Amino acid sequence: MEFWFSEFHTPDVKHSIRVKRHLFSVESDYQQIDIFETPEFGRMLVLDGNVMLTERDEFIYDEMITHVPMAVHPNARDVLVIGAGDGGVVKELTRYDKIERIDLVEMDPQVLKACREFLPANACRLDDKRVHIYFENALKFIRRCENEYDLIIVDSTDPFGPLEGLFTREFYGNCHAALKDDGIMVNQQGSPFYAHDAEAMQRSHMRIVHSFPISRVYQAHIPTYAAGYWLFGFASKKYHPIDDMNAEAWLALGLRTRYYTTRLHKGAFYLPAFLEDALREVE
Amino acid sequence: MIQENKKLDQKRAPIHEALERFRQMRVVPFDVPGHKHGKGNPELTEFLGRRCVEVDVNSMKPLDNLCHPVSVIREAETLAADAFGSKNAFLMVGGTTSSVQSMVLSTCKRKDEIILPRNVHRSVINALVLCGAVPVYVNPEVDSRLGISLGMKREQVRKAIREHPGAVAVLVNNPTYYGICSDLRAIVDMAHEAGMLCLADEAHGTHFYFGDNLPVSAMAAGADMAAVSMHKSGGSLTQSSFLLTGPSIQAGYVRQIINLTQTTSGSYLLMSSLDISRRNLALRGKEIFKHVSDMAEYARGEINASGGYYAFGSELINNDSIFDFDKTKLSIHTLDIGLAGIEVYDILRDEYDIQIEFGDLGNILAYLSIGDRPQEVERLVSALSDIRRRHSTKATGLMAQEYIDPQVVATPQDAFYAEKVSLPLEDTLGRVCSEFVMCYPPGIPVIAPGERITKEILDYIRYAKSKGCSMTGPEDPDIMHLNVLK
Repeated sequence: MEFWFSEFHTPDVKHSIRVKRHLFSVESDYQQIDIFETPEFGRMLVLDGNVMLTERDEFIYDEMITHVPMAVHPNARDVLVIGAGDGGVVKELTRYDKIERIDLVEMDPQVLKACREFLPANACRLDDKRVHIYFENALKFIRRCENEYDLIIVDSTDPFGPLEGLFTREFYGNCHAALKDDGIMVNQQGSPFYAHDAEAMQRSHMRIVHSFPISRVYQAHIPTYAAGYWLFGFASKKYHPIDDMNAEAWLALGLRTRYYTTRLHKGAFYLPAFLEDALREVE
Repeated sequence: MIQENKKLDQKRAPIHEALERFRQMRVVPFDVPGHKHGKGNPELTEFLGRRCVEVDVNSMKPLDNLCHPVSVIREAETLAADAFGSKNAFLMVGGTTSSVQSMVLSTCKRKDEIILPRNVHRSVINALVLCGAVPVYVNPEVDSRLGISLGMKREQVRKAIREHPGAVAVLVNNPTYYGICSDLRAIVDMAHEAGMLCLADEAHGTHFYFGDNLPVSAMAAGADMAAVSMHKSGGSLTQSSFLLTGPSIQAGYVRQIINLTQTTSGSYLLMSSLDISRRNLALRGKEIFKHVSDMAEYARGEINASGGYYAFGSELINNDSIFDFDKTKLSIHTLDIGLAGIEVYDILRDEYDIQIEFGDLGNILAYLSIGDRPQEVERLVSALSDIRRRHSTKATGLMAQEYIDPQVVATPQDAFYAEKVSLPLEDTLGRVCSEFVMCYPPGIPVIAPGERITKEILDYIRYAKSKGCSMTGPEDPDIMHLNVLK
């Protein structure tokens, strides 16, 4: 018997992963949550039919969305994480002793619950005493914050799902206000390859450019995401993502990583020509 | 009729059911429309969908005829009358404009006086142009902080009735665009005591018939006729509407009046949408409008807590000119953040991809309905707080909307059809206007045919144009010229 999970990356492109077992399935108030066991990628979290993470490649995403801003901001103590109910970003953040507070805002308590049970390697640090979990709509949470955070990490699902509100000008504008004067916001920016994704990426980039003085995009290779090619946005009030990166300081922390390096950090901001053009179009 | 009503089953939707049966029959069409169930217009079919164009059909025996309903349309109207608590209900396919006009044309003839607030929709005054009735305006109270017209005070209506005992009807907005209600029950009683009819423009009040803790509906208050915009809060297709009548109104005569101007090719898309939406509201209206009210109250609380704006609500109620407030309406006063309503309206659309119903000089209105979800409400609230942060200035040089007391010189009909001349705006001071000028939406005329052009009116038009209001009405679309009486 063949048992495959398939995700449409476009109406004409399908990405399939063989499944050993369907471990968990529930329809929460917000979305359909599934966890599969797969031979190639280990356990896999799927929301509304879209792969969110697999045990095999989550390190790429979690390291790139965390260490890039942490190597730039000299003194990030207060961090807000939005989405990320799987705990992967929190796991990376808790490796920094200088971080004093991690506020995690996740809309769907069921995601957190499922990940605690089935993806313990990701969710292992959610009980760190610096972590405060809020089950709330992020748009609502953030508009009450002013001058409060050094770093905001937006680890959302795609812009067509229940978290559409996290790709909007009102969200980025309120993030800007929630950050201190030298704050940084990093967000997952989708894939630039297929036309539908590329347009969404351009729109959210445009929204960020309008809200922040410094707004750059960096890339990573993530096999289970559309086209295997993923972007992150780096938006900042003061620090430049390359010029203000302090490699020595970061290396002195002695953090072992599997994807991120300070050399790759710089390289990730050098983009292919088609992408430079697409971003320039909306800047 | 009452005997029959007891047996009515609101789970039925006769027009919808007839169309489903028709679909099954696979009838070969040698009648109009010429697209023949969409086959003759593949691009349209691709765009609207086959299931939609298949039922875009003409009147025929199994589907009844809107001009003279005897079977499924009649049943649908009976069910609607039952759901709305009226004696009769008419399916309307020319928008609530056609319901309002049929209401006025059914009750007023040439030279008859009709008592109405000046902040009526243009469709009311258009009806006066058609029938030649004479408006007697009751000045609505104005809230000086918000700059909006309120309801009619009981005393003002009583005075108008006393001064115009021959008037045939009193027309009431229930509610205004902003959700403000006059004391409808009292006005109905005053009108009936004086031998006049009471008509209600309920373009913004469909939900009053179904939700709990909402202002009284016209039929419940004993009004004689009501124009109900089912397509606004009721969820039916744009342009579909209901006209409701009470026991004092001859249904046959109203049907004749409707048929004077209504199409003989009534759209089954519109009619089925009325039928299905009526069923939905009759079965689930209570919970639907509870949800809408809760969302609006939540948004009001969040917006007011964020500061700067004033999202007004039931606290305005004063037992007279604001007898009641429709809490599903989310109206927000913006002047205190230094922006005109129309500016916030434009910023929301251009920069935040949020389209709201309208912005006027001092306020915006976000229309919440059956189709909204909490996450969109969060977006609106967050966008407003971001706009305040980015654009907030000292509120200076902003003009609040003011009620301009009209000087009626000629009836709308006389002025509209009179000999006229087109003059540049600045040369029209003191002349009598022969056309409408209004911001659309809300479509309440700044000046109507037969009214004198004053300095206040010209200032208002120039200011509204400068703030980017979309102004309509005059022959000259740029409103550089106005037609005035010779």
